[in-house]
Amino acid sequence: MAEADLKKTPLHDLHVELGARMVPFAGYAMPVQYSDGIMAEHLHTRDQAGLFDVSHMGQADVTGDEAALEVLITADLSALKPGEQKYTLLLNDEGGIMDDLMVSRPFGADGGIFVVVNAATKGADFAHMRARFAGRATLTELADRALLALQGPAAATVFTGLVPEAAKLVFMQCGVFQLDGVEVFASRSGYTGEDGFEISVPAGKADQIARLLLSDARVKPIGLGARDSLRLEAGLCLYGHDMDEGRTPVEAALTWAIARTRRERADFPGAARILKQIADGAGVKRVGIRPHDRAPAREGAEIAVNGEIVGVVTSGGFGPTVGAPVAMGYVRSDLAKPGTALDLMVRGKARPAEIVSMPFAPHRFHRG
Amino acid sequence: MSQTRYTKDHEWIRLEGDTAIVGITHFAAEQLGDVVFVELPEIGKTVTKGGEMAVVESVKAASEVYAPVNGEVVEVNSELESAPQTVNEAPDGAGWFVKLKLSDASQLDALMDEAAYKAHIG
Repeated sequence: MAEADLKKTPLHDLHVELGARMVPFAGYAMPVQYSDGIMAEHLHTRDQAGLFDVSHMGQADVTGDEAALEVLITADLSALKPGEQKYTLLLNDEGGIMDDLMVSRPFGADGGIFVVVNAATKGADFAHMRARFAGRATLTELADRALLALQGPAAATVFTGLVPEAAKLVFMQCGVFQLDGVEVFASRSGYTGEDGFEISVPAGKADQIARLLLSDARVKPIGLGARDSLRLEAGLCLYGHDMDEGRTPVEAALTWAIARTRRERADFPGAARILKQIADGAGVKRVGIRPHDRAPAREGAEIAVNGEIVGVVTSGGFGPTVGAPVAMGYVRSDLAKPGTALDLMVRGKARPAEIVSMPFAPHRFHRG
Repeated sequence: MSQTRYTKDHEWIRLEGDTAIVGITHFAAEQLGDVVFVELPEIGKTVTKGGEMAVVESVKAASEVYAPVNGEVVEVNSELESAPQTVNEAPDGAGWFVKLKLSDASQLDALMDEAAYKAHIG
């Protein structure tokens, strides 16, 4: 895609001013890193706090008959109380993962469901939802809102200094708050494994809010490069890489995202296939992998045991906090146990590695 | 010390006695970001101008390093195995990659001098 065709987020000028290296991502010009570089940005987020522009993601409000949304995903929306958020999966009719998304109820009991989906899939997701809603529910895309993430051990001190009412939030809770005279939807969640907040703001106020958060010396802007290494260390999936329509939640080790009540009712897309996999096991499983030497194994690297190909790496790179390469991928289920030795094929060379449990860097969510 | 020559792919090469020492430029190291792994060739390997000679990996991606001229690898910088960040710290010094025995030293003449390389990277 030509540079001129790329969409810009409301923070584009700020990124350029801050010295970002802009790259195309999901049709947007996005900052991959700032002048400190990916390693420093990653470590700063784990040490203090990082500010991420994730305005390319899709935000929408769903009102009307919530059952029309629920039947497409794996969450129990009737159990989602005001002020709560859940991670869930949008499945196709065969139980393949169309997207992973957040659903929340920040606007009170009657305010509908706030949905945040991935940038690359938002068009397809929203079209699918609208088609299946068939008028029973209404999806309103909130294209006039930006999305910021403030992540790291200092995020809570910084954010609650500006929004004292947000101090009551624990991991996966949300609400509507006033921040510098601006109404924002904030949830205590993120994509780094750290404590932090995701903050939806009106596009026209995004620059003001971002500059305010960055005015705190503990907060540095963080690009997509460190966002990727942080989420990989946290063992979190990247859609289109670690899962896609060719994978089920069981294969992707995301069975936990299927609400117990939904399993009992067997009323989610692909339920027959997925419940069978839960009972009998799936043929492949997503696992964490630690290479024994320093060579990173990237996405697409084959996984072998005694020369036989048994899987593929779906995300891989260097983990700055771990101080070594880390990867995740799919292997045959009988080889998915932590401690299993295998080889990663990197440029034709078999490099020894082993299956490990994830996350690679411990989660530090604020669970209250 | 002889003059350093540069390729358009951002390698540098400098003749020191019978052999030439090769590395990547400041510009390349900066573009790559933090180097976390370097894969070096076997000693004795024959490399051809423009062919793959080594691989350098940053947090985000793997990039190839090409041979600036034809030659045979006579030494590699094994320090980079345990300290790959040296490539960022001193790309034109301690962060060198390989030493080559050249098969045709006149190939160096076709490469850019410092002024031309500076113009190349803008």
